[in-house]
Amino acid sequence: MVVSQFLVLAAALFAMGVYGLLIRRNIVLILLSVELMLNAVNINLVAFESMIVTTEALGQVFAIFVITVAAAEVGVGLAIVLMIFRNRQSANVDELDLMRY
Amino acid sequence: MTPEIDYLALAPEIVIVVTLLGALTLDLFLPRPQKYWIATLAVAGTALALIPLGILAINGETISMFDGSYVVDEFALVLKGLFLISAYIVFLMSVNFIESDRYYQGEYYFLLLASLLGSLVMASSRDLIILFIGLELVTGPLYLLAGWRKGDVKSNEASMKYFILGVLSTAILLYGMSLLFGLTGEVTFAGIAEATQGMSEPALTMAILFMIVGFGFKISAVPFHFWAPDTYEGAPTPITAYLSVNSKAAGFVAMLIVMYQALPGQSDVWAPALWLLAALSMTIGNLSALRQTNIVRLLAYSSIAQAGFMLVPFAAAAVAGADLESAFGATLIYLVIYAVMNLGAFAVVIAGARKTGTGEIDGWAGLGKVDPILGVLTATFFFSLAGIPPLAGWFAKFEMFRSVMIADPATISLAVIAAINAVIAFYYYAKVIKAVWLDDAVDTFTDEADQPPAGALRLALGVSVALTIAIGIYPSIAAFVRDAAQVLASGG
Repeated sequence: MVVSQFLVLAAALFAMGVYGLLIRRNIVLILLSVELMLNAVNINLVAFESMIVTTEALGQVFAIFVITVAAAEVGVGLAIVLMIFRNRQSANVDELDLMRY
Repeated sequence: MTPEIDYLALAPEIVIVVTLLGALTLDLFLPRPQKYWIATLAVAGTALALIPLGILAINGETISMFDGSYVVDEFALVLKGLFLISAYIVFLMSVNFIESDRYYQGEYYFLLLASLLGSLVMASSRDLIILFIGLELVTGPLYLLAGWRKGDVKSNEASMKYFILGVLSTAILLYGMSLLFGLTGEVTFAGIAEATQGMSEPALTMAILFMIVGFGFKISAVPFHFWAPDTYEGAPTPITAYLSVNSKAAGFVAMLIVMYQALPGQSDVWAPALWLLAALSMTIGNLSALRQTNIVRLLAYSSIAQAGFMLVPFAAAAVAGADLESAFGATLIYLVIYAVMNLGAFAVVIAGARKTGTGEIDGWAGLGKVDPILGVLTATFFFSLAGIPPLAGWFAKFEMFRSVMIADPATISLAVIAAINAVIAFYYYAKVIKAVWLDDAVDTFTDEADQPPAGALRLALGVSVALTIAIGIYPSIAAFVRDAAQVLASGG
């Protein structure tokens, strides 16, 4: 089974996630970029698992844990976004500049 | 196949789980004026968890569960003790702080206990998956706790910055872990160590560097430290204390056990990276601390610099190819002593901020004359952070410098950088003590200025000052930590 195409896909997704995280100004889009990065990890894990085939299906187990934690983290993130939006009527990260240096 | 579970070995975790569920349930039924019972429960539960820990320590057996993924040995017990005691002190600091702000107490203690549970799990993990779950359980609740004051825009900002960089670091760390899994087909540290022995793959180097960057964010090492001062300033002060001690220690230990146990054969890849992190954290952390006027931001940069000092023994020994075991011991001793004195410093900040009504160092002028006891405590903790005998900080620095006495150019240069930084650090710690004792009082003191700090906060101050002085005078109390590091080396 050819694993490299999946790894290239994962690397591309990861790079897109990093790029999005750096250039996006809206907090919700930043959250989406982080999701891209975490899903790149899942693709990696599942692709490696299908290549190596461990007895405990470790790659898939790991991927399920990553999915669960990612869901929990987005929940926390959206709560924070809501809180900020209520106080400032904006979800732009550039405006979060009260504290510097 | 049923996994073997040793319930005594898991007892500290179980006690914390019961306590946190209890805190959440109690919160539903208690009327608002009685909410302080939740704080009592949290403090009692944390203290109770120390009992099974003590029994396990006396038994002294190494208990390995789930195919060696979850290990309770002396090393894990020392760390769990550190996490429990420092969480205990943070709870004591929180009691009046949260009460006086009238925020939701039940959820506060629930989240803090969940974070504590994560650090306990992390200490026992000998497997990438459990390590990752433990680390996320430590940081997840803290994103919310950093933004605890919902109406305060600074607290919002603290929470957001922490969250974005936290999940970014998680993603980078996981990418590294996924590559490591792909290269070895293993998730346990022992399995990875065996598989990577002598392996030389560009992908492995990449995996290790990704993981170091991920951990670097968690421990706020330079150049991944940008979130730390802002988050520390905006978060409620007890949470800042928790962030700078428990959460930092958890990230730190996670990084070191991964490097030490899973990748001992690859030290020529990670050792230079850690050397660089140590040198940069010390230097940039200290230089930035010099010009801070806010005491919490000063402590934030100081904790970045202290993380650099902690990395020194380990990085130096790894670069020189020397014995990692004693270096690991020195790093752990530094971590334990740092936890005690930094918690004390934050307790002083809470008590002092209540009296002076400000976090600016100038506003603290003359505090020593108004409240001599608090003044003496300020001097104790800040001199200890600077490493002045007979306070605990000197022993941490002594162990650090002793462990870098290896004749190797890279090691010597790191020792020189550390020595210069120890001197720079003294300047800004002394600046606080000078304001408290030598400057003339400015008229900013609040009406509460002549009242003593609340009982719980006094207990927190008392515990940390007793430990700081005791370890400073009888350093052998802390030396058992070194034995624990050896257990990790032999039992691993």
